Amino acid sequence: MEVKIKVENLNFYYGPTQALFEVDMEIPACQVTALIGPSGCGKSTFLRTLNRMNDIIENTRQQGRVIIDGRDIYKNGIDVVGLRKTVGMVFQKSNPFPKSIFENVCYGPRIHGTRDRQVLAEIAENSLVRANLWDEVKDRLEASALALSGGQQQRLCIARALAINPDIILMDEPASALDPRSTAKVEDLIGELRKKYTIVIVTHNMQQAARVSDFTGFFYEGRLIEFGRTQKIFTQPDQKQTENYITGRFG
Amino acid sequence: MKSRWSEKWIYWVFRITTYFIILTISWIIFDIVIKGLPVISWEFLFAAPREGGTKGGIFPAIVGTLCLVLGTILIALPLGMLSAVYLSEYAKPGRFTRAIRLAIVTLAGVPSIVFGLFGLGLFVIFFNFGTSILAGILTLACMILPTIIVSSEESLRAVPLGLREGSLALGATKWQTIYKNVLPYSVSGMLTGSILGVGRVAGETAPILLTVAAFFLPKLPGSIFDQVMVLPYHLYILATQHHEMDLVRPLQYGTALVLIALVLGINIFAIFLRSHFRKKYKW
Repeated sequence: MEVKIKVENLNFYYGPTQALFEVDMEIPACQVTALIGPSGCGKSTFLRTLNRMNDIIENTRQQGRVIIDGRDIYKNGIDVVGLRKTVGMVFQKSNPFPKSIFENVCYGPRIHGTRDRQVLAEIAENSLVRANLWDEVKDRLEASALALSGGQQQRLCIARALAINPDIILMDEPASALDPRSTAKVEDLIGELRKKYTIVIVTHNMQQAARVSDFTGFFYEGRLIEFGRTQKIFTQPDQKQTENYITGRFG
Repeated sequence: MKSRWSEKWIYWVFRITTYFIILTISWIIFDIVIKGLPVISWEFLFAAPREGGTKGGIFPAIVGTLCLVLGTILIALPLGMLSAVYLSEYAKPGRFTRAIRLAIVTLAGVPSIVFGLFGLGLFVIFFNFGTSILAGILTLACMILPTIIVSSEESLRAVPLGLREGSLALGATKWQTIYKNVLPYSVSGMLTGSILGVGRVAGETAPILLTVAAFFLPKLPGSIFDQVMVLPYHLYILATQHHEMDLVRPLQYGTALVLIALVLGINIFAIFLRSHFRKKYKW
């Protein structure tokens, strides 16, 4: 199986506090990889190292390598803007911009230089269709994104990420603030997106990880304890800690 | 039982304090309106003063004050907004940034007469602008800058981090993020706070006393290097320096009324601006 993201010996620090310890991981292409673990175990920090979102936090540093498509994204002179175009991100708290639905989806393409209204309209429709949102919003593209429901807002954020045509989509607990029906919709969507995109999803919800992912990594106290096929992790994990967490004995 | 009693007591303390403040302000405004309204006429508003200020109007002073207010906004607003963007978005937290912040807060507390002396020394004498509109505007701009920076920074900070992250994650640069996804939502707060601050400029006397104000100049300014009459200084002269006190007493109240109306007008404009932007970008 093709490896999309290769993480080698990654250490990460917030000031003097080390948050990640010697993480090695090979994330396969066009699969869904779930990251699970108790709060504060470093899974979100790890996710944010994959598109260098941690750069914007003061006083952080990392050691080790993150290689995407054969290039180390932490090497000097790497184009962070280009990187984030390839690696899209959806946040835990849906963050639609206080603009129209159309302008939200077109934000990325506009930033990257698309001006033609016709082209933008096509991108918007395409992205919203792929995010399973088109039928619900096609008649009110000019309405404010903030008028949408929580679940719709999160799918809009996914559509916005799709609009810049990334290869990889990072999702940080995308359904944690959603009701069960909206969650099911987002999960269905993840299932469809896997055909085309490499997806890495952080989740607190183990049923969710079991439902949507092909591979699972279990983090505990900043270390990657175990990584493997979801089916194996959830049925016969190698590590005792993994088993304890999955069976609900701690965390 | 005791706690319930003190609850009542505290409630009345707050209530009476508030009433007292409202009463004082109403009294002042009522007094000025009652005594000032009779002098307000077409001639008073749109004619130059005659016969040493005992007759005629205050048009040059109104124009002078408007010139100063507009000029101050024009200079202080962009400067203040740009430094607020720098401080809130770009400056790395550290000793240097802390020192800048401290300097700004200190500057906001400097008495206005000190700004007047500073303006006299730097703009009037050193830069040789003379006693002029330009010198006055620059002095007032220095005085109002801290207010503008602080209020602008606050409205920039009010924009949630999630919006910045969302934009950066789409591959926007820092400046694109600020320009397209932070400034549009904070500009209303920046403008409102700043203009409320500028309202204060209209009423300041000390800084303009030394840099721009003319004692008696019954014509309109021709350029930014001219002196002008201004409302607060005119009021000061009518109230304390005039040789025919009884003759100009009603004119004092009229001038005060016009000044208050002007400041109120500026504030209402700021409020209107805020509601306009709020409608445009609803959270």
